Order: sequence, then structure tokens, then C-alpha cells
Amino acid sequence: MTHHAQFATAKVQGAAEAAVVPVPPTTKGATPMATGAHVQIDGLSHRYRGMAANCLDDISITVPAGQVLALVGRSGCGKSTLLHLISGLMQPAEGGVFIDGNRVQGASPRWVVMFQAPSLFPWMTVAQNAALGLRFARRTAEIPERVPALLEMVGLSAYADRNVQDLSGGQQQRVALARSLATQPDLLLLDEPFSALDAFTRRALQQDVRRIAKELGLTVVLVTHDITEAAIMADRALIMAPDPGRIVTDTMLDPGPERHRDSPAFEAERARLAHLFETTA
Amino acid sequence: MTDAAYTPDDTVVTEADTARADALRGMARNLGISMLGLGILGALWAFGGWLITQSDGMRAFGQLAPGPTLERLWDMIQRGEIWPMSAPSLERVGWGLAIAIAAGVPMGILIGRIGWLRDLCNAPFQLLRMISPLSWMPIAVMAFSTWDGAIIFLIAVAAVWPILFATAAGVRRIDPAWLKVSRNLGAKPVHLLVYVILPAIAQDILTGIRLALGIAWVVLVPAEYLGVSSGLGYAINDARDSLDYARLGATVLVIGVIGYALDTLCMLAIKRFSWLRSDT
Repeated sequence: MTHHAQFATAKVQGAAEAAVVPVPPTTKGATPMATGAHVQIDGLSHRYRGMAANCLDDISITVPAGQVLALVGRSGCGKSTLLHLISGLMQPAEGGVFIDGNRVQGASPRWVVMFQAPSLFPWMTVAQNAALGLRFARRTAEIPERVPALLEMVGLSAYADRNVQDLSGGQQQRVALARSLATQPDLLLLDEPFSALDAFTRRALQQDVRRIAKELGLTVVLVTHDITEAAIMADRALIMAPDPGRIVTDTMLDPGPERHRDSPAFEAERARLAHLFETTA
Repeated sequence: MTDAAYTPDDTVVTEADTARADALRGMARNLGISMLGLGILGALWAFGGWLITQSDGMRAFGQLAPGPTLERLWDMIQRGEIWPMSAPSLERVGWGLAIAIAAGVPMGILIGRIGWLRDLCNAPFQLLRMISPLSWMPIAVMAFSTWDGAIIFLIAVAAVWPILFATAAGVRRIDPAWLKVSRNLGAKPVHLLVYVILPAIAQDILTGIRLALGIAWVVLVPAEYLGVSSGLGYAINDARDSLDYARLGATVLVIGVIGYALDTLCMLAIKRFSWLRSDT
């Protein structure tokens, strides 16, 4: 079908005025079906202390509620930094991130990051790990009901009382997913969460995470250097280039209804994304 | 769900059985070696006792040999003297340790977490640490109105350093990703302390307490040479003054056995709170 490829035209020109953008209006409610967050990134620039150049330069993105967005780029292009800025774990030097119209000023159980390492607490069981977010949010009353449902969703019901050290890497990452979803966030931020897993496990998780996100109507921002992963999981891909980190390509993805690896539609879409990546990144 | 659905129950059970049998065999072996070690110590003790009786100048101390000592120990046990003798000592060590923990653990966490505080405290703490606790004795006697107060102070001063340094080292080894993940899930500082820091370093704290207990138990006896008229240190002094060497030997043995028992309790607690799997 038709390409949705278009080079990111927004904010490529003129960095000075881009930094001062009014707070965008919230679009929540415009799409009643979705419960996901609307994410607006305005004129975002960032520089690490002691570095001469910006690692991110004048990034502006809008992610509608319920969209799965992939940030694709080689290592060092600032995609992980961008994710940390969206999550509020880091604060940008310039510009801002707005989730449902509110400026992000810190971490919140409403937007949760899944990192490359699951970093589960080895002194706790699977169920206790999954319940952490609810505990921190003083919603312990919900634990008896929510946690079994979450473990069911990620396929680990049988492991609820096991120590997390008994689990495989893929299972641990599933616990991390359950933990991330416990507080019912509107936005899931994925920082290459499958890159340490074997190919078989990775594939299963890629499909499951997309399915779960779609079932819950979550907005997802996925950071990856893997073109195939982006094609499997995302509705839209942004390709980033380094020095300074910036967005060079913004394209919608249409890998066919099944998103099946072996289907011609998927392969064509993957090849198109790979070509875009080679030519722009 | 592929990797989750895989549950080879049968193999798990047989593996567990083999593991249990292996563990039992290992325990029996360790017990055997421990008994052998104690046997060698007893033999050396008996040999020393025999040497003493062979030398003319030393014969007066012959009561320190295993025979008379154990006989007297049995006698003391039957007359119920062991507990009244040990209880005051245990109480003093307990208070001293409690104070050392109350001061050492929070300070250790702060030092482990805050870089500038660590730099600030390093030199003064190293200096204080290297002062023999017993050299505080005259100052303690002047500063405290009771002998018990002075003894507890000496024990606390001796015990605080291993607890403090073990806690700080444990905090510095905490995986920063745990803290990042927790903050990301909305953890407040008190949550970080209760759900992350304390469980993560429980083993380090207990290891520090175990070391501290060893030092405290060693410091206790000379500290009880101070004015008090109770406790194991006093009992040793008293036996020496009354030239009752069998009683002296028996009290030394009691000190060793109680210390060993306390250390074993600490070790069991460390095992209980250890979350590391490879720690068997």
C-alpha cells in the first residue's frame, strides 16, 4: 500500500523559537476508546554535564493516545536519554515533555519504564515484586486482586510464590512487565527491554507486549536498535541520528494485520524501514 | 507464554531429592571435621596439662588441665552457678551491642549513600577505630556514674565500627538499577529504605554484628575487671585471686562456649537473611 514515510519537517528549522512552545491542550477524551496517555515533546534539548555538544537537539514529537511508537537508532544517538527525559527520571536542559497536557517533572506510577535489565528484587517472590508499585502508591488493598490478574496476563500464575532467582531471563522480564503494569499506567516506556534475551524468548515477548498494550489501550514508547523489533511492535517509527541526537525520519508502519514475520507484507515493511534507516540514520 | 509454560515437574522433584541427600552428606562431613578439630584442641590442652605437671615450678597450675577443669565445670553446672555468672555479662554485651547497632546502622547507611559525608567522616572514624577500646577505660570510669554504664560504653565503642563499616560497604554495593526502578515506580525515600536498602544490606548488617559481637565478647572480660562484682570477667579475676585454678579453667571454657554459641546464632541469622543463591 502507500507509504506513510515523511521526513520529520517539524522543528528542523530554527532552534531558538522552538524552545518556547506553549503548553499544548490535552487531547484526552478525544479518543474515548483509548485510556493511553497523549505525549507531547516540545523543543527538547539536552546536554550531559561536561560535554561540549548537545546529545539531543530540539526534539519535538506528538504521540497520540494508544499509539505504539518506536525510537530507532544506533547506540549513542540519544534515544535512551530521550526516554529517560520522557519518564521524568532526568530533566531536560531545554524544552519540555507534556503527558496529557501536564509537564513531566518527575517519576510517576502513571508512566513507567521497563529497562533492559529486569532488576527484580531477589529477596522477594514473583508476586511481591509485581506488587511493588501498588505498595509504593499506598494501594495495598488492590494487591490481592490485581497481582494474580497481572501474573495471569504475563503467563506466570504458576510462579507467584517462587523466588525470582529461580526464573529464566525471559520470565524475569515478564515479571518486570507485570510490575510495570500494576499501577495501571497510561504510558509504558520500553528501554530495549528484550535485547538481553535469546531470539525465541524475545519474539514471544515482543508479540505479547504489543498485544497487552493494545488490549489495555496503552501508549507505548519503545527504544530499540532492532529494525525487526520496531516493525513487529510499533505503529510508528522515528529514526534518530547522532551528533547531535535528532529525529531524521518519521514513518507510520503497516506490516499487515497479522504482523507475522513470514508474511510478505511484514517483510516489505521491514525492508522499507531498514532502507529508511540505512539512508537517513 | 512459551518460556513460562515450561514446567518439568518430575525432574525438579528428583533434582530436589538429590540435592537434599547431597546437603545431608555435606552436613555430616562438616560435623565430623568440626568434632575432629575440637578433638585436636582437647588433645593439645591435655598435653599442655601434662607438661605442667612434669615441671616442678608449674605444678601448682596443674588444676588447669582438662581433668580437674571439666570436673569443676560439671560441679558448677550442677550447682547452677553458670547462669548467674553469665547473665550479667550477656546483659552488658546485649546493651552495648544494641547501642552500637542503633548508632552504627543509620550512620553506615548515611555514609554509604552520601559521598561528601563519607569523605568527611573517613579520617576521624579511621582514627577513632584504631584506638583500643580498653584505652577508653579511665575516661569511661570518670564519665559514667555506674560501673555497668562504663562497661556498656566500652563494649559499644568497640562494637560500633564493624557494624558501621559493614553497613556502609553494603549500601555502596546496592545495585543502582534497584533504586532507579523503585523511583520509577513512585517510591518515596522511606520506601527505598524499607523495601530496597534494608533488605539488600540485611546480610551485611548481620555480618557486621557478628564481627562486632566477637570483639564485644573479647572486650567484655577485661572490662569486667573494673569494679563490678558480677559477670564472667569478675569470675575469672575472683578465681585467680582465690588460687582456684580449676574454677578459672572452667570459667574460661564457659566464656569460649557461650561466645561460640552466640557466633553460631549470628551465622544462622545471616543465612536466614541471605538472598544470594550461591551462598551455600
